Amino acid sequence: MGKVKGRSGPLAQRPDNSAFKQQRLPAWSPMLTANTVLPFFYLVALLCMFLGVWLLLTVQGTQELKLDYTEAGTCKGCFDMRKNASKAAEPCECRLDFEIKKAFKVIFLNEQQILTFGSTQVASSTQKKRGDVFFYYGLQNFHQNLRRYMDSRDDGQMVGRKNKLMNPSTYCIPFNTDQAGRPIAPCGAVANSIFNDSFTLHYRGQVVPLLRTGIAWYTDKNIKYRNPSNGNMTLAQVFNGTAPPPYWHKPVYQLDPLSPNNNGFINDDLIVWMREAAFPNFKKLYGVLRRAATPFTKGLPAGNYSLNVSYNFPVQYFRGRKEVVLTTLTWFGGQNHFLPVAYLVTSCLILLAAVVLTVVWFKFGKTGRKMQD
Amino acid sequence: ETLKQQEDEELRLRRDFALLLPFSTDLVHTEEERRVRANDREYNEKFQYSNCIMTSKYNIVTFLPVNLFEQFQEVANTYFLFLLILQLIPQISSLSWFTTIVPLALVLSITAVKDATDDYFRHKSDNQVNNRQSQVLIRGLLQNEKWMNVRVGDIIKLENKQFVAADLLLLSSSEPHGLCYIETAELDGSEETPQFTYRLKVPHHLQKEQDTRHLTAALVCEPPNNKLDRFCGTLYWRDKKYTLTNQNMLLRGCVLRNTETCYGLVIFAGPDTKLMQNSGSTKFKRTSIDRLMNTLVLWIFGFLVCMGVILAVGNAVWEREVGSLFQSYLPWDPSVDNFLFSAFLSFWSYVIILNTVVPISLYVSVEVIRLGHSYFINWDQEMFCSQCNTAAEARTTTLNEELGQVEYIFSDKTGTLTQNIMTFNKCSINGQTYVLRSPFYLQRLDFTPFNPLGGYLVYKAQSPDEGALVTAARNFGFVFRSRTPGTITTTEMGRPVTYTLLAILDFNNIRKRMSVIVRDPEGRICLYCKGADTVLLERLHPCEQELMNIYLDCFNTDGLRTLALAYRDLSEDEWEAWSESYCCADKATSCREDRLAAAYEHIEQDMMLLGATAIEDKLQEGVPETIAVLSLANIKIWVLTGDKQETAVNIGYSCKMLTDDMPEVFIISGNTVHSVRQELRLVCLSAHALEADMETEFVSTACACKAVICCRVTPLQKAQVVELIKKHKKAVTLAIGDGANDVSMIKSAHIGVGISGQEGIQAVLASDYSFSQFRFLQRLLLVHGRWSYLRMCRFLCYFFYKNFAFTMVHFWFGFFCGFSAQTVYDQYFITLYNIVYTSLPVLAMGIFDQDVPDQRSLEYPKLYEPGQLNLLFNKREFFICIAQGIYTSVVLFFVPCAVLSDATQSTGEPLADYQTFAVTTATALVIVVSVQIALDTGFWTVINHVFVWGSLGSYFSIMLALHSQTLFLIFPNQFHFVGRSPLLVVLTDRHID
Repeated sequence: MGKVKGRSGPLAQRPDNSAFKQQRLPAWSPMLTANTVLPFFYLVALLCMFLGVWLLLTVQGTQELKLDYTEAGTCKGCFDMRKNASKAAEPCECRLDFEIKKAFKVIFLNEQQILTFGSTQVASSTQKKRGDVFFYYGLQNFHQNLRRYMDSRDDGQMVGRKNKLMNPSTYCIPFNTDQAGRPIAPCGAVANSIFNDSFTLHYRGQVVPLLRTGIAWYTDKNIKYRNPSNGNMTLAQVFNGTAPPPYWHKPVYQLDPLSPNNNGFINDDLIVWMREAAFPNFKKLYGVLRRAATPFTKGLPAGNYSLNVSYNFPVQYFRGRKEVVLTTLTWFGGQNHFLPVAYLVTSCLILLAAVVLTVVWFKFGKTGRKMQD
Repeated sequence: ETLKQQEDEELRLRRDFALLLPFSTDLVHTEEERRVRANDREYNEKFQYSNCIMTSKYNIVTFLPVNLFEQFQEVANTYFLFLLILQLIPQISSLSWFTTIVPLALVLSITAVKDATDDYFRHKSDNQVNNRQSQVLIRGLLQNEKWMNVRVGDIIKLENKQFVAADLLLLSSSEPHGLCYIETAELDGSEETPQFTYRLKVPHHLQKEQDTRHLTAALVCEPPNNKLDRFCGTLYWRDKKYTLTNQNMLLRGCVLRNTETCYGLVIFAGPDTKLMQNSGSTKFKRTSIDRLMNTLVLWIFGFLVCMGVILAVGNAVWEREVGSLFQSYLPWDPSVDNFLFSAFLSFWSYVIILNTVVPISLYVSVEVIRLGHSYFINWDQEMFCSQCNTAAEARTTTLNEELGQVEYIFSDKTGTLTQNIMTFNKCSINGQTYVLRSPFYLQRLDFTPFNPLGGYLVYKAQSPDEGALVTAARNFGFVFRSRTPGTITTTEMGRPVTYTLLAILDFNNIRKRMSVIVRDPEGRICLYCKGADTVLLERLHPCEQELMNIYLDCFNTDGLRTLALAYRDLSEDEWEAWSESYCCADKATSCREDRLAAAYEHIEQDMMLLGATAIEDKLQEGVPETIAVLSLANIKIWVLTGDKQETAVNIGYSCKMLTDDMPEVFIISGNTVHSVRQELRLVCLSAHALEADMETEFVSTACACKAVICCRVTPLQKAQVVELIKKHKKAVTLAIGDGANDVSMIKSAHIGVGISGQEGIQAVLASDYSFSQFRFLQRLLLVHGRWSYLRMCRFLCYFFYKNFAFTMVHFWFGFFCGFSAQTVYDQYFITLYNIVYTSLPVLAMGIFDQDVPDQRSLEYPKLYEPGQLNLLFNKREFFICIAQGIYTSVVLFFVPCAVLSDATQSTGEPLADYQTFAVTTATALVIVVSVQIALDTGFWTVINHVFVWGSLGSYFSIMLALHSQTLFLIFPNQFHFVGRSPLLVVLTDRHID
């Protein structure tokens, strides 16, 4: 082994004297001593402390309001009606009154911050007017993270592949074709179960204007979802021959009657829904306050509001709850107390450990050194 | 009656030996005896094998199926194949098929490439060997044939320096007296070692070349076997019977030397040759870490099943309580009709997901690390002996870490502790002792002080003792000049004398003596016997025995090897009578050896003492220091030697095993063990103490001692001692020796070390490690062994940790995703985690890590102790690693879970989506395990840096690639995690501006 041909003489078999073969590669052996470790501990504790306090202050600056409307107000009637499967398609409107005690004030951000921390939105003329009050719908106990549920979609179809449009992936079974054999677009359980309640918020008899686009992830909106196109054909013509998912009341090309560019697979609500939540309790963005006109230029003023709900989505089957969340955001996002608290707890633990180690070092350090000698 | 006893003893020994070395008696063939006719190809058709050998296992067509079949006999590989099959069932498949097949294929192909390379070289050497030319007599004419076409019964002609093509019966030789000389190079396995020249005899009357040309002889002999030193057969030629022995055989693998030509009859060909019969596989040794690892893997299997059951129960409950209600959104699979069946499927799905707790790459990584350590042993310059130009060699690559756990060393004495270079030191003749002061001057001895031939005649002997004796005799003027089968010629004080050799009564380990019967020029017949003093003592004439003791007492105190010499005058009648019984025994086909031994015993009686010789065997360099260092490392060294008690004790003192401050030196002989049960400091055990019923007492007594020297032990007893300690102490044993008598000990110890020295290389061939100096043992154990153990332990701890941290996250996620066997990470991450993201840093640590430099571990032998106490990796350590892994998984799952459920981007989009969660957790995992390996690594070489930073870099670059638009637009259903880096966004936006 390790013989080098052509060598001869009495030392022909002598192994090479290379640092690698003799295991003498230059190397750094970290020596952990009190002088290096203790300052590191204190430094990390301070860093965590600083981060925790900073984040906590930031989070304190946000406001959040959660409204469970599953059975609240007049929605109780709709809730009962949805229990009856035969009336599933019948529309049901309900209303919920609530009060905002403290105005949702907007914390202004410059664009650079948005780009750095938020990552996706490119400033445009409409977005300059958009406010930082966000309207979410939330679902509880709805499992978007079931394995078979998550598989039940066809990204090829959603990115506009025409062969997939007419011939959806087998993963979509049983939501790939309708009873007549027409392909379903968009296919699969995810799209089929889309959250289809809609909301209007009223303040003093005035509709609170909500921006209903620009609420999806940049990559989703711009890369992941594309309508199939075929020359100059309209969307309806392109989708001709496909069926909407069974639970849908309208076809995919008519999702947004107001904005023709927000239809088909690139509808923002659909895109938001198709990005599956990781946990059974989740919220998804519904709209952003449009601060173009008074009294909403500085956010939501305090006062009485009413929420009109078009109550379509049944949750009683799976013992779920529905809610609406209103919140203001900072660069760090919305109300999220866990991370600052986690930082503070970590900081305290490290500090405690550091103090204990320091005491030990002071008390026994010298003897330890003696033992080394 | 004594004869009977001895026979019984020998039979028992053989039986035990056979049990100990099962392969040596393993006869594969059912052939009971072999009948060959020379030059009769039709008759010899019945023999299965031609001379074509095939050591290769595969050819191009069979490679894939056979190699795969062999690999799938490994339990781990079969397990992963089973997983793969599970994954192909759509209802169960929770992961894409490639998450298992990519690592499995990688592991299989690494092994397959290694096997293929090995086999390619075997093919090459087979082809080369099979196509060697040899000259075969066909119908009386010499024709060139390839080796592979040579058949049994052919007569072939060999020329000088040619390899012997098959096992041949020597028929004629060009040399006088029908001798021919061979070297046993290939037979011993190495071309580098000193070769011995053996003399072979042609059976009488068969020496003329003409005869062989048309030889029509028949031969009956034993069936093919692997005994190199035995052959027994009968040749029938012209109505006469000739007994054939091993001395008439030319074995395949030898090289003809100093012989112009010779003819031989092929008896065993191809796979039947003794060379091929000996190349069988030996017993496979496993380390204690191996066994522990297998146990732990089994436990992990159990753990996996438990987790699967817990999650399946969870699934049953969930499906019944929630899932059945959720059916309007997600109907059950058509094949699932109730929640119990769903739970059953979920169990298998979770077995697939959680299979990574049983790491597929564990075994391959362990092999790679061990191979690396073996290379470091081979490359170590400090274990290179420049005198003999031999580097240390790790002949087994699977035992390295056990070198760090050795508690008992069993050492041979001669050639291991000593140099086995014998110098004649003393002799005692007729009651007078002569001491050799200078090489050529013997005090008070009236021999010619210098012999002019001394410088020119160099003897080569199979035994160093004989070499020393003959050399000494030469120096005193009695020069051994030549030897033919029937004569011995010497020059005695300048006068040539030729003795006629009548018989040689051969040496073996049981007889411990050998004799010759010669007729001197005056016609007197005399038997000369040389052997161990105790053996000879029993056979001396009663009046001589007193004298013998006087001789020996003055030698023994010096630790010299003594041989006693005796003679007996035989009358013509005595010789005639004995010669007849000897011939009879010699020709016997059954129990030939036993009969010969009895015949020898008969004549070696009533001998007269000639004198005794003492040969000094010097200690090897550095032996006392090595023993001192090893004792400080709490390693107990036992010397097992066949020498006498006094010699052994003296060697003990000179090795500093025994020191003067050891107050009590107990010497136990016979059956007096019963009486010695107090605190003992040293026991010098006589071999009789090894009777079966005293095993436990022997062990407990011997283990209470500081040093143990066992003397007068036979090779078998050496192995028995080792087995005894293995059985009673559960400690790791190492046996070190250099000669054929150490082979059984080397094979039965956990680790066998062979010293490549003077006594051939049989011990080296049987060993796991070999080097040429005893003192290298301290470096092998304290440096290489210690490092190997440390590295392997650190490697295993980290390996189990990283897989638990990785896998258990799925378990926690199960409670949130309705136990639906959804994974936390995406499938590419799962595929690449073990083979790309985390494989190399831990390999680098496992191969290169050092806690203290090598000089330090030699200076402080106490550093060796953690290995002996098995502190660095045991079940407790394993549970700590597992606990740490599970803790990491808890943090890795619940912190992102809690943070992300409420988090939103600054633009309002919630971050609680699956993609964000998966990527966050995966990234955190890779960073955490990289930090952990950074903390575990104690020796940061360039390679460690490259691997650690490279792994992190590879993770981020692969992530960027997998999340790229390009891949998504090509395969939208396979790469659905599209994303973009904020950094890139900033850069591109600026660019656009």
